[in-house]
Amino acid sequence: MSPKPRIATASLAGCFGCHMSVLDIDERILELATRVEFDRSPINDFKEFRDRCAVGIVEGGCCNEENVELLEKFRKQCDVLISLGDCAINGGVPAMRNNIPLRECLEQAYLKCPGTYNPLNVLPNDPEIPLLLNRVYPCHEVVKIDRFIPGCPPPADAIWAALTALLTGRSAEPVYEHLKYD
Amino acid sequence: MSRVTFTIDGKTVKAIRGQTILKAAEAAGIFIPRLCAYRDLTPHGSCRVCSVRVNGRIQAACVQTVAEGAVVESETPELQEFRRNLVDMLFVEGNHFCMFCEKSGFCELQALAYRFGIAAPRYRYLNPKRDIDLSHPDVYIDHNRCILCGRCVRASQDMDRKNVFQFVGRGSRKRLQVNGDSLSETDLKATDEAVSVCPVGALMRKRVGYEVPVGQRRYDGQPIGEDIETREDK
Ligand code: SF4
Ligand code: SF4
Ligand code: FES
Repeated sequence: MSPKPRIATASLAGCFGCHMSVLDIDERILELATRVEFDRSPINDFKEFRDRCAVGIVEGGCCNEENVELLEKFRKQCDVLISLGDCAINGGVPAMRNNIPLRECLEQAYLKCPGTYNPLNVLPNDPEIPLLLNRVYPCHEVVKIDRFIPGCPPPADAIWAALTALLTGRSAEPVYEHLKYD
Repeated sequence: MSRVTFTIDGKTVKAIRGQTILKAAEAAGIFIPRLCAYRDLTPHGSCRVCSVRVNGRIQAACVQTVAEGAVVESETPELQEFRRNLVDMLFVEGNHFCMFCEKSGFCELQALAYRFGIAAPRYRYLNPKRDIDLSHPDVYIDHNRCILCGRCVRASQDMDRKNVFQFVGRGSRKRLQVNGDSLSETDLKATDEAVSVCPVGALMRKRVGYEVPVGQRRYDGQPIGEDIETREDK
């Protein structure tokens, strides 16, 4: 028997809502589990890739250098890369900062915001914290993306339709009801 | 009433002389995508989403009138690509966050993108800095979503007889201006036609957002234009 295709997922600058939508395919996840092997994903909590993957699913855009690194790793490891959800496709809510200078955003969040408790009056600046990018980038502005499933989050049926089409080698155009920006 | 006969994508269409191609097509049950055109407002011809080929030349169907024997092409791959690009550009030119926009599900820009099957934009986001005017008690303007279609400008002038809106500036600096320091300084009322005609979530009434549940909104199940294409009386 040929090995099952492997699927990996990642959440970049997203809220994990798209991953929740993946889980929302409900009992079909059992069918999926018989047809694929999950690689790096929060489903099995593997933090690193085990093997080359047929499909990579990426949620969230790139707001810091760690997101870019992980996205580039996914591109190298996966045959087909899917941008899942509006944050991956257009930056989503995090991209609302894109027309505000980064320093201004940080000052507002950590120094000026009512209710902020920051007695030393410092902006977070620890080498452990990934460096923020000047703006939030959609994934396809960073690496090549093969497929897009929009939505905030995308409907579970849209994810199921796209995955089953990919696994059976069909190229399914999204049906009208599955194409959503909200 | 004198009549003319012409074709759209090979289909014979009878129309009234002086009618625009857009209106004649609509009467014949053919939907030509449009954004700046709206019912009886004077056509503006600014968005070019309604572009068709008339006897080989590209024309805006909302302003071009019908002519006897004209050969009109609309649903060709070339024109569809052209319209798709226009819609794509409108998205990246402003700041559109459909996930929390009160107009989502009722927005004509979004609905056209759905109809064209746009899953992701092909241009880079410009992320312009734009303002929101919340000064008026019942209405607000979110310039992030304004596509400069001019519907509110024409509706305010021609239907409300008020002249609340105008465009100022050119090119990427063009923006919608109100005839006062802010929206609250104008005589705009929430019931004005100008507010109703906005195709996107730029000119909005307050305190009515998200009234219709997801799944039941205008374009959730029915693509924009399908009402025209499936009309019984055509
Ligand atoms: S105006 Fe339309 S396209 Fe723009 S954010 Fe709102 S729903 Fe989306
Ligand atoms: S506010 Fe609305 S109607 Fe007025 S120009 Fe902008 S998009 Fe068009
Ligand atoms: S609808 Fe004709 S140019 Fe806008």
